[in-house]
Amino acid sequence: MIKIEVDMDLCQHYGQCVFEAPNLFKLNDDDKLEYHAEADDSELENVEAAVDVCPMQAIRIVE
Amino acid sequence: MPDALPVVIVGASMGGLRTAEALRRAGYSGPVTVIGEELHAPYNRPPLSKDVLSTGVSHEAVAFPARAATADVTWMLGARAISADLEARTVTTDDGREHPWRALVIATGLRARRLDLPLIAGRHCVRTLDDAMALRDELVPGARVVVVGAGFIGCEVAATARKLGCEVTIVAPGADPLIRPLGAELGAELRRRHEAHGVSFQLGRTVAAMLGESAFEGLQLDDGTIVPGDVLVEAIGSECNTHWLDATDLDLTDGVLADAALRAVSTDGTVSHDVFVVGDIARFPNLLFDGVARRVEHWNIPTDTGKRAGAVLGAGLAADGSFDEVVAKGFTPMPAFWSNQFEMSLQAYGLPGLGAGDIRILEGELSGAVAVGYYRAERLVGVVGLGLKAELLPYRQEIAAHAAS
Repeated sequence: MIKIEVDMDLCQHYGQCVFEAPNLFKLNDDDKLEYHAEADDSELENVEAAVDVCPMQAIRIVE
Repeated sequence: MPDALPVVIVGASMGGLRTAEALRRAGYSGPVTVIGEELHAPYNRPPLSKDVLSTGVSHEAVAFPARAATADVTWMLGARAISADLEARTVTTDDGREHPWRALVIATGLRARRLDLPLIAGRHCVRTLDDAMALRDELVPGARVVVVGAGFIGCEVAATARKLGCEVTIVAPGADPLIRPLGAELGAELRRRHEAHGVSFQLGRTVAAMLGESAFEGLQLDDGTIVPGDVLVEAIGSECNTHWLDATDLDLTDGVLADAALRAVSTDGTVSHDVFVVGDIARFPNLLFDGVARRVEHWNIPTDTGKRAGAVLGAGLAADGSFDEVVAKGFTPMPAFWSNQFEMSLQAYGLPGLGAGDIRILEGELSGAVAVGYYRAERLVGVVGLGLKAELLPYRQEIAAHAAS
C-alpha cells in the first residue's frame, strides 16, 4: 500500500497529477484538488509520475 | 569488464536526476555516476524567484525527494565537466580527473546570461539556489531594485521584491513585458497589473552604462535616463552550457541536437547510440507540433526528456530486444509552465511562441480571468490562462489531439 500526502498549503490546484494518476487525483467542480491518501502498490509508477510533474512539488509518498 | 563502466550523467539538476531514475525503472542495475557543478543535490528551481526570495526557504525545502531505486547512484557534486572525448569515452572534470563511461548523458543545462559590465557588488542573477540566497539578503524594505529583463524571471523577481517592500524598476528593450512568449495584448495587461502594484517600467530602453565604482549605484539607459538603484538583477535570458563539448563533433548550433529518442546528433547527421541529451539544453523534434528540432525551456521538459532518455538507454543496455519498441513509441511531451506574479497565476500549455501571429481570446476577458489561444495554420498550438486552471484542460487536450496527425 502506498500512502500519499499532498501539502494543501503548497498545492495550487494546477491538476498536472490528474493526467499521471487519474485514479487517484481529480479536480472537483470548484477547481480544487481531491485525492486518495492510499493507493495500491500497482499505482506506484503513476504516483511517482504525479509527484514528478507537480510544479509546486506538493505531493509526497510517505514511507 | 566493460560492465563495470558507469553511465555518466553530466548535470545534477532535475534532468540528470530523472534520467537516473528512469534508467533504474528500465531495469538497468549497473553503476551510474552523476557529475554536477553545484554543491547542492538536485532541487526545484521555480521557487528561486518566488518563495526562496520572500521566505528564505532552505535547500531541504526545494530538494527533490530521494528515491530508494537511485540510492546507489554516485553523486560527484562540486565538479565541473571541462571536456569530453566521445571516441575514448571519457569526461574530464575541473579537478583533473578523467571519468570513463559506457554511455554519456548530457544534462548541463543553462546558465544565466549576464550584462557585459564590471563585476562589482550589488549585481545579481537568479539561476541557482546560491544566486537566490545572495539576492534575498539584499531585498530589504526600501531597497531600490533595478531589474533588467522583462521575461518570466524578471517579472517574478520584480513582483517578489515589491511584495518585500522594495522600490522596483524594470528595464527592458521591448514595448511591454513578456511580449515574446505571450504576445502584445497579454504583455500590456501584465504591465498594467505590475504598475498597479507600484512597479515602474523603463521600456524600449537598453543599458548604456552602470554607475558605481565598487558597488552598484544605478544604470544609465540609452536615452540618457539615470535609474538609481542599490541592487541590480540581470534577467536577460540564458546561455547553453556546451563549452565542455566544443572538441566533439556534436551539433552544438543551439544547445545539443538530439533525435526523438534524445540520442545526440553529430554535425554530419550521425545519430549516436551511447550519447544522450536531456533538459533545457536538448534541441529535439516534438511531433506534437512538427518535426523541427527546438530547445524548450519549460519546467516539465527536463523531466520528460530525462524519462525518455533513461527509458531508451535502459532498453539499449538491457539488450533484451525491447529497444526498437521503446524507440518507436515516439516522444510528444506537452510543454507546460506556470508563473505567479502578485495575485496573478499564469498557466500555459504548448508553445505559444509558435502561434504568435494569430492570438485569440478563447474565454473571459483580459482585465479579469482569461484564456488566450495561440494558433498556427488554424491549429491551436498554445494556450495561456490568467487566473484559470481546470478551464484550460480542454484546450490542453485540443493541443494534444494533433500529436502524430
